[in-house]
Amino acid sequence: MLTAEDKKLVHQVWDKVSGCQEEVGAEALERMFITFPQTKTYFPHFDLHHGSDQIRGHGKKVVAALGNAVKNLDNLSQALSELSNLHAYNLRVDPPRFALQLLSQCFQVVLAVHLGKDYTPEMHAAVDKFMSAVAAVLAEKYR
Amino acid sequence: MVHWSAEEKQLIASIWGKVNVEECGAEALARLLIVYPWTQRFFSNFGNLSSPTAIVGNPKVRAHGKKVLTSFGEAVKNLDNIKGTYSKLSELHCEKLHVDPENFRLLGDILVIVLASHFGRDFTPACQFAWQKLVGVVAHALARKYH
Repeated sequence: MLTAEDKKLVHQVWDKVSGCQEEVGAEALERMFITFPQTKTYFPHFDLHHGSDQIRGHGKKVVAALGNAVKNLDNLSQALSELSNLHAYNLRVDPPRFALQLLSQCFQVVLAVHLGKDYTPEMHAAVDKFMSAVAAVLAEKYR
Repeated sequence: MVHWSAEEKQLIASIWGKVNVEECGAEALARLLIVYPWTQRFFSNFGNLSSPTAIVGNPKVRAHGKKVLTSFGEAVKNLDNIKGTYSKLSELHCEKLHVDPENFRLLGDILVIVLASHFGRDFTPACQFAWQKLVGVVAHALARKYH
């Protein structure tokens, strides 16, 4: 699925935001909760106000997991195995294809906001494929 | 009928007022063809679509992108009757163009990303909410007359 060129581009994008990963994570989550309110149903226990510590903390976790995926593009299944179990058996987020698509969209909007024109069509394509691949792995054990 | 709050209308109008329709339209369509290459199936007579560079530079893509986003402007002008605005276009996309409505959703998401890249921090979460809602409503209206 991900070509050698895609992998290179994903690494490039990741490097570009390496200084503000925590911010990116928190912003992506915040945008997701505001733009797609149905996603809040998975976080009834969170303080979802702008700047909340829980959003920052969780955003950091999500980005760290994505960062791990970026480091293991050749073996996503194994790298995300624990998370795959978590999403399938504990979190049971509505078909990852759909729910994670919403996070993917918001994540890409944040990248576009931060990188502007530097978020080229080629990078956009590679990141979109990467996020789809991650979602597919997380959905593997659903049934 | 879709309800738009005063804030949503204002956020939509303020962004639209600053959009270069030709540039954003061209970019959105080019990205659709690059990020989701299967969408090229609808544009077999557009000439060279063999690479991202070719697609971005393709004059037919630019022209059609402008056309599509100009039409989008009709929705912005007629927020209270998007259904009516796109009635004929919906029929066209179904009967003549044979476009799977899923593609409208894809283009909508891409347009949001293009706006984000152009407006940066000015494309606030509240803006994103209003615009995702708008592209969703447009996609729905375009699919409405399918049979």
